[in-house]
Amino acid sequence: MSLAIADRISSARPFRWPRLSRARWLSPVLLLALWELGSRLGVIPERVLAAPSTVAETFWALTISGELPANLLVSLARAAAGLSIALVVAVTLGLVAGLSRLGETAIDPLMQIKRTIPSLALTPLFIVWFGIGETPKIVLIAVATTFPIYLNLFAGVRGIDVRLVEAARSFGLSGWSLVREVILPGALPSFFVGLRYALGVSVLVLVVAEQINAQAGLGHLINNARDFMRTDIIVVCLLVYALLGLGADALVRTLERRALAWRPSLVEQ
Amino acid sequence: MVQPRIRRRAFDTVSPAPASPSIAPPSVAPAVKLTGFVRQFGENRVIDGLDLSIAPGEFVALLGASGSGKTTLLRTLAGLDPVGHQDVTTPSTRAVVFQDARLLPWKKVWRNVALGLKDKGVRARAEAALKEVGLGHRLDAWPSTLSGGEAQRTALARALVREPGLLLLDEPFAALDALTRLKMHDLVLNLWSEHKPAVLLVTHDVDEAIALADRVLVLNKGKIAAEEHITLERPRAPDARFQVIRRRLLGHLGVEAPVSLQEAPHEGALIAFPTGEAVQ
Repeated sequence: MSLAIADRISSARPFRWPRLSRARWLSPVLLLALWELGSRLGVIPERVLAAPSTVAETFWALTISGELPANLLVSLARAAAGLSIALVVAVTLGLVAGLSRLGETAIDPLMQIKRTIPSLALTPLFIVWFGIGETPKIVLIAVATTFPIYLNLFAGVRGIDVRLVEAARSFGLSGWSLVREVILPGALPSFFVGLRYALGVSVLVLVVAEQINAQAGLGHLINNARDFMRTDIIVVCLLVYALLGLGADALVRTLERRALAWRPSLVEQ
Repeated sequence: MVQPRIRRRAFDTVSPAPASPSIAPPSVAPAVKLTGFVRQFGENRVIDGLDLSIAPGEFVALLGASGSGKTTLLRTLAGLDPVGHQDVTTPSTRAVVFQDARLLPWKKVWRNVALGLKDKGVRARAEAALKEVGLGHRLDAWPSTLSGGEAQRTALARALVREPGLLLLDEPFAALDALTRLKMHDLVLNLWSEHKPAVLLVTHDVDEAIALADRVLVLNKGKIAAEEHITLERPRAPDARFQVIRRRLLGHLGVEAPVSLQEAPHEGALIAFPTGEAVQ
């Protein structure tokens, strides 16, 4: 009796879609295929959105001609300049505020006030101050990315295990050696969280900053494409922005893996 | 502003330290000396007129219930708390082993041992210290991969690599399992007889104190309430004489231990009360 039931259950097993049930790549590919089909059938006009195949061709052409790499380099240099300034300022302020009560009283309120003002809202003021050259773009990126680095480093320094600091002090560490050997390494995980945020913010601000009369860079490329209704170039630039975000994340991950190899979660990998 | 008077002197580690029984000869200057020491947090006097003297190479255990001021006293001797204008004499080199190993997780084991050492050949010294505690094979391990006993042995190596004149042990075995604790007792005794630092072991384990120390102090309300010289030869088995001392110390701690029949009363130990009278 029970055997018969077991037989029936095993024979009544539903048809399975092998592997497809877990194929996460499928829906994006389907979307691309529909998009391509729509473009070929004329449902999606070229001036609204270029076909994926056209975008791929344009991507290739722009790369070969050197137009895309050259403009990308300009944009990357802006982001790097702004981020470098932010790193120096934020690490200095974060350490001063984190390591002393007086520093916190002096610096933290100003940083919190700055935080409540959206950085992008400062754009008009920076244009008035710095004109429409490179300066306002770099300053805008620097200002916007300072806060996430500062805040996380400050929290990291304050979150240090005081028992470790005490042990290090009992072994004669003090002053700068205590900061270098104990406090900075202890705050490093938080610092990396801040850095990751800052890299994301830098790409975001880059997009806006490059709308300010850019003579080169990804923003310049997009603006030109808009004027000539080249939706294929616009999509190519959007793709590059996405790749920039992914690349930034991969960069921080690599840095983290090297610098935080001591963390149990990473040791086990 | 008067500078706080903290006397530090270099501690001669090669001088032959008295073996147990280690009542220091009067000619030898004590490694640690506190006279009428007071430590106060607000209204609360944690240490209240405490007199303490530890001879070079002497192994002293400090017993006390929680809140009796044990840890405060240890922190004072470690130089972690300010002492104000009071007279505190300690050796210039001191090292602490905490209850939690307190290894820096971002430094490999040997770098933890070498923490704060600047001279050349630090790696070789750290390696030698780690070999001494039986961890020669874990030099380049991350602290997060160590077991509790290994972490504590690393902390011991980190303390001993400095050749301290005073070794401060703050309940270093409390978090270990019973078997590991016994092994650590042997290790500490071996290292102590090898290096001969003065040792102050803070513990709440009466058996541990009797098994290890030359002298056991009972701290109560910030004062030394009782003192017991342990003259039993090492290694110490928990025999009848051991039990007598144990019962007496438990009595000082306010715990009534059941009387066992095999006890031979008043043998092998000398109780000295802080007032100076000694009872045989």
